[in-house]
Amino acid sequence: MNKQRTQLAKKDLGADKMVVIEGTHSASYGAMLARAEVIAAYPITPQTGVVEKLSEMCASGELRAKFIKVESEHSAMACCIGASAAGARSFTATSAQGLALMHELLHWAANGRHPVVMANINRAMAPPWTIWADQTDSLSQRDTGWIQFYCESNQEILDTVIQSFKIGEKVLLPCMINMDAFFLSHTSEPVALPQQEALDEWLPPFNPALKLDINEPHTFGGLTRPDAYMELRYKIQEAMDRAYDLIKKVDKEYFELFGRSYGGLVEAYNCEDAEIALVTSGTAVGTARIVVDDFRKRGIPVGLIKVRVIRPFPYKEIRDLLSPMTKVAIVDRNISFGCGGIFSQEIRASLFNYTSKPIIFNFVAGLGGRDITPTVLGDIINYVLTRNTPESDIIWFGLKK
Amino acid sequence: MIEIRMHGRGGQGAAIACKILALAVFKEGKYAQSFPAFGVERRGAPVVAYTRIDTKPIQLRCEIYEPDHIIVLDPTLMLSTNVIGGLKKGGTILINSNLAESFFKIPEEFRSKCFDANTIAVKYHLGTKTIPIVNTAILGAFVKYTGVLSIDKLSEAIEETVPSRTKENVEAVRESYDLLTQQTK
Repeated sequence: MNKQRTQLAKKDLGADKMVVIEGTHSASYGAMLARAEVIAAYPITPQTGVVEKLSEMCASGELRAKFIKVESEHSAMACCIGASAAGARSFTATSAQGLALMHELLHWAANGRHPVVMANINRAMAPPWTIWADQTDSLSQRDTGWIQFYCESNQEILDTVIQSFKIGEKVLLPCMINMDAFFLSHTSEPVALPQQEALDEWLPPFNPALKLDINEPHTFGGLTRPDAYMELRYKIQEAMDRAYDLIKKVDKEYFELFGRSYGGLVEAYNCEDAEIALVTSGTAVGTARIVVDDFRKRGIPVGLIKVRVIRPFPYKEIRDLLSPMTKVAIVDRNISFGCGGIFSQEIRASLFNYTSKPIIFNFVAGLGGRDITPTVLGDIINYVLTRNTPESDIIWFGLKK
Repeated sequence: MIEIRMHGRGGQGAAIACKILALAVFKEGKYAQSFPAFGVERRGAPVVAYTRIDTKPIQLRCEIYEPDHIIVLDPTLMLSTNVIGGLKKGGTILINSNLAESFFKIPEEFRSKCFDANTIAVKYHLGTKTIPIVNTAILGAFVKYTGVLSIDKLSEAIEETVPSRTKENVEAVRESYDLLTQQTK
């Protein structure tokens, strides 16, 4: 049956509607195609486009969802949790300070096992007031129990929003889809909209076994004594472990249906026989592809690793890909003060018990929207090529003196 | 890859024009990417927007520092900002102005052209007489001047994206296109 479905979808691939849209609208279209039933969001630059487009879609009837206007991001997430508990497919979007305001309820969504899907536009945290890209907003929510994706293109945003409903609803965990402010959110490019019919078959309506129901009342998230709490946490870790394999499976299925794959949790690019790897995430990956191609053309064995998912952390793939390398440059557009780049911490930790492991160079670059250009990435690779070890634990790249 | 940078003032529609350009290019079967310079939009303040064009998917995701073409919606920007900065040798610059090219003292290594898009915009009632919206009119001239895409696809893209005065915008683009032909003769 699967085979038949694949053939059908491949035949229909040419019928995909192509649009030229910005990243925020990609997220809106993703939610629409996934048939989200409740949208609650509060506008914040640079996320506003997501909400504007969704409210238009709801007003025109293109999307049959309840659009709930709220007075804050905290309320937006509360609405989504309530809707999800009642069995409705729920979607929201935010950015930076808005995400921070949601913090308490991010835990609530995950711990309550409500598979809310949220687009977060990665914007640096204030003060000083800023609207530009970095990942510290979402990475500081790393431990809230959300599955977290980092996207490279508008197409990936749309596809990942759709996939997130499939993944989240299966393991009952919320998903956050991250995109760099402006570099994706305000950039227009061609995006293929998958056929609704094929998508509906693959993504049936959300129907949780337990839901809020006035005819059959349940208490959700009530007081739990020490004799039961820990087991509930164990189940979340177990769900994350299932999500690990499910993300890869869903990526494969999606490829068979719609012809696009993102490698699951991690994508290795030009890593065959590579001695040095550049590891990064988000839009820096696209630019890095060009840079790595250029080094390869000159016979320098550099590969690229795109980390698409940070929770669940892709420790198996990272170990397999990185342990044969001699040196690894990790480019973090984020910082955990007092420690370093957050991807770097995680990658270092996953390699620690291995005898064969590379020297890790942790670069912090592009904070607050500073551009990560081909020159920046080329200079980073050259830094690694010309040194056996990094000169410091954190290498602040492009810092003005 | 072809990289275009457009300079205007907040409210003149530079970001929209770059988006229209991207859609038109995509309609021609090429890949396109467009984005505004990442700032805080204020009416009247200098604004920059970009379009990238390529025959293969565009993976580069950073601002444009060395464009092939520059479009200037407001000629006063030539005096107050470094509009030509980074323009590739042999690159083109199209300025919305009724003055002669020599007025702007553009170095000889670049191709330059002045085109009066204000008059066209006013003729078709795009914006007001004092603040005409020239973003579509200048595109017609740009397409003729550089040949980076066809006038038909540009008109189609405008028809699809411009919600008000659609017909007038398309006519303005066509007239600019034809007018530049005559000028170059």
